[in-house]
Amino acid sequence: MRIFIGLDDHNAVNRGDIRMQDHKKIRPRIYSRSSRRTSTGMNIWYWFAAAVFWTAVWQASYMVIHNDLLLASPLQVLGSLAILGRQPGFWFSVLYSILRIESGYFLGVLAGTLLAVLTVRFVWVYRFLYPVISAIRSTPVASFIILALVWMSSGRVVIFIVFLMVMPVIWANVAEGIRKIDPLLHEMAFVFRLTRSQTLRFIDIPSVSPFFVAAATTGLGLAWKAGIAAEVLSTPRNSLGGLLYEAKIYLETPDLLAHTAVIILLSLLLEKLLVSVLALAGKYFHSHGRSEVTANIAVREKVPEAGKKEGGTV
Amino acid sequence: MSIVFDHLSMRYDEQPVISDLSLELPEKGIIGFFGPSGCGKTTFLHLAAGLIRPDSGVIRGLEELRIGVVFQEDRLLPWLTAAENLDLIIHDRNVTAGWLGKVHLSGQADYYPSELSGGMKRRIALVRALAFDSDLLLLDEPFQGLDQSLKNLFSGWIREASAFKPVLLVSHDWAEIEDLSDRIYKVEGPPMTAERIK
Repeated sequence: MRIFIGLDDHNAVNRGDIRMQDHKKIRPRIYSRSSRRTSTGMNIWYWFAAAVFWTAVWQASYMVIHNDLLLASPLQVLGSLAILGRQPGFWFSVLYSILRIESGYFLGVLAGTLLAVLTVRFVWVYRFLYPVISAIRSTPVASFIILALVWMSSGRVVIFIVFLMVMPVIWANVAEGIRKIDPLLHEMAFVFRLTRSQTLRFIDIPSVSPFFVAAATTGLGLAWKAGIAAEVLSTPRNSLGGLLYEAKIYLETPDLLAHTAVIILLSLLLEKLLVSVLALAGKYFHSHGRSEVTANIAVREKVPEAGKKEGGTV
Repeated sequence: MSIVFDHLSMRYDEQPVISDLSLELPEKGIIGFFGPSGCGKTTFLHLAAGLIRPDSGVIRGLEELRIGVVFQEDRLLPWLTAAENLDLIIHDRNVTAGWLGKVHLSGQADYYPSELSGGMKRRIALVRALAFDSDLLLLDEPFQGLDQSLKNLFSGWIREASAFKPVLLVSHDWAEIEDLSDRIYKVEGPPMTAERIK
């Protein structure tokens, strides 16, 4: 079983880890090794060329502006990064920022998923929550941060704000995914007497997974944007947002850009990690889903792999 | 014990689809329902499968029956391969592999439904229903997309199954119905009426 996920991760598709949401006929096994290598190689060259081009644009802009306060050069930023990397305080800030933002993110994912199940199952829960969640979605994040600063400590503000930004995205997408589960497949499950857990594993989770994955990755990007904004305004101890704020106060433009680069890098790395974890989860469902049906028999009777041989006995 | 449909009535959007229909099915054999599209045959089959309830009337003899169904649509799980779709119902990889071989799909065992042709998917849907340990078989236009040799192949297995259980065959193709059925009802509607003609 493959869990379809709605990501534009071509490498993952080529590896066969995930399938595109639009159900295009991408069959990883039919790619030859050489064609896969060429495709990945081409991607790396495109990335490299793009990076070189935009760095050149950056350097040219620096030379035209010619004011270190307004724009630092790529080399100055690299120098700042090298200095930051040697400071334990910087790494503490990275660690605590990750902890705060990811805590809010996971709480948001958990609450959003639970609320999605509840709102689809019970119409009154949907009617009760819809105005609140709609209000949260349309309220500027800065308003919430300032309000939250009145209510709680600066560290908790970040977790709370990230939670508020992520939860509605997960809720809306997962609820949509649940609503779009094909009722005809549920009828099939009913007549062929699939158990509740089989129905969940083989119909519900694969149906909702593209919506969940799309929301989870979008939510992660939002979490970092809102989380850092909250850190800048609330300046908790050991925070990347706090360091950004300090760099702005002291007009340390290279530091400001270096911290921004670190934030972008962290956000991208964690998104990649999330995609990998979700692809692993897809494989988990594959092996465990199938083994639930056949493993006991297969182990007991040493049944060979199905579908690997032509024909067979009935 | 035979299955009895007693004064069934059913409405969709205030339109009567089945009106006061009474039928008694034999304990075995193929019972064909022949009629044009939209006359209520599929609704009748869904009632027999327990997927919908009649507005009035009762169905007796279906309680606790295991029912194998070939739906009008194939209803395969798109994220499972052909073999996995069958494994889910058959619970035995050897049997699955055997069935795939018999319907000439061994080479497509690891294909996903989106990678199979319409006829291939239909074969998987038919195998799923035939291989399911059932007391009643419901077939809704089962041969669509199949060539004559495959129709003959499946017809033989359906005949074999009908020696032990009732098989309800619904089709708008008279040749299919006439060729296979031990008892034939001509269906008209809506609202659906069924007149026994064989």
